[in-house]
Amino acid sequence: MVVSCEEVWREISNYLEGEVDASLRASMEEHFRGCKHCTAVLDGTRNLVQLYGDERMFEVPLGFSHRLHRRLEENMPGHRRSFLGWMVAAAAAVLVAGSFEVARSSVFGRPELRSDHAQPGIGVPPDMLVVVSVDGKTFHAAGCPFIHDKAHIQTIQAREALRQGYAPCVRCMKKYLTA
Amino acid sequence: MPEEVTSLEHPAKPFNEEMLIQRIRDGEHDLFYELIRPYEGRVYAAAFAILRNEADAEDVAQEAVLKAFKHIRQFRAEARFSTWLTQITINEARMWRRKEHANLMEPIVDRQDEEGNYTPRDFADWREIPLETLERKEIRQKLAEALASLGEKYREIFVLRDMQHLSIEETAKALGISTASVKTRLLRARLMLRDLLAPGFGGSWSSKPLFAKGTKPW
Repeated sequence: MVVSCEEVWREISNYLEGEVDASLRASMEEHFRGCKHCTAVLDGTRNLVQLYGDERMFEVPLGFSHRLHRRLEENMPGHRRSFLGWMVAAAAAVLVAGSFEVARSSVFGRPELRSDHAQPGIGVPPDMLVVVSVDGKTFHAAGCPFIHDKAHIQTIQAREALRQGYAPCVRCMKKYLTA
Repeated sequence: MPEEVTSLEHPAKPFNEEMLIQRIRDGEHDLFYELIRPYEGRVYAAAFAILRNEADAEDVAQEAVLKAFKHIRQFRAEARFSTWLTQITINEARMWRRKEHANLMEPIVDRQDEEGNYTPRDFADWREIPLETLERKEIRQKLAEALASLGEKYREIFVLRDMQHLSIEETAKALGISTASVKTRLLRARLMLRDLLAPGFGGSWSSKPLFAKGTKPW
């Protein structure tokens, strides 16, 4: 059976998976022997599958594992806070109580955070200038590489960012996070 | 002449997960760290494949791992733990994207007719790139950029099958699509990636960008 280049391209992925029958396989191999183009496609495709399949392609951000484990630890049953953890929690409670009072006396209470997954900030200096992107969820220090949508950023005071529901960036504003 | 081919080998499970999972269910919660450690990078990569943003991918990866811990009793041993974890991650990432970017339009490339045949555009005979080149950050970066430029449905398939080493059936199950669709999209993903990378693999990566930002050659 003779196969065309088009048929080879259509089956090349299945060929690499070992999922073509013996007859088609033999025909494709015959084709490869006489077609430099299809051989180039086969070799290249096989090579890229090997490259992408390597563990080294799973690069995670610096500190990813540490942050993941910390998050897990906080959610483990029977998790006991360290002394520092209790101090931070106590500070958070005071702040929350304070925020509640402020919200009660204000026409508009503090809005919901823009992200369900974000943590509210603690001790953020209200006059500090921070960078936000219009459709983003977090506020950043100028130059932070994790600013989303750099084409639509603005610099505002932290109090305004908090009022609009932005949360501190987990990287550049780490010191203002509760955990 | 092609080498004697060639099914693509995929690694086996590294340790006895079943026993570990049972002990976690029995209350040894700290063992969960050990269970997920080999998969942390994969969870992140799966989230990143959908969200294409480091900060979002990290948040979603954390949520997915947390969810896996909370629901470990629901895990059924007939599936691999890695597949189950990947499935949770994919669901979390899709929910996150729906919630955060509900107003975004679907990329045009995602609406392409996947039934049509894909014609390779570059027939350059590239030299074989040895795995050792992955030690070079710029090579990993080029590969990541090329992958990120694919439409989502191709990216997902490629990441699950060729990077996470899920089987065709597991990939189909994780994404809720047929095995025939997995095969069609996988073929396209591989050929598109090859077209993107072929010029660089020919030796020009050091002198010019792989492709202009925001453009796709198909």
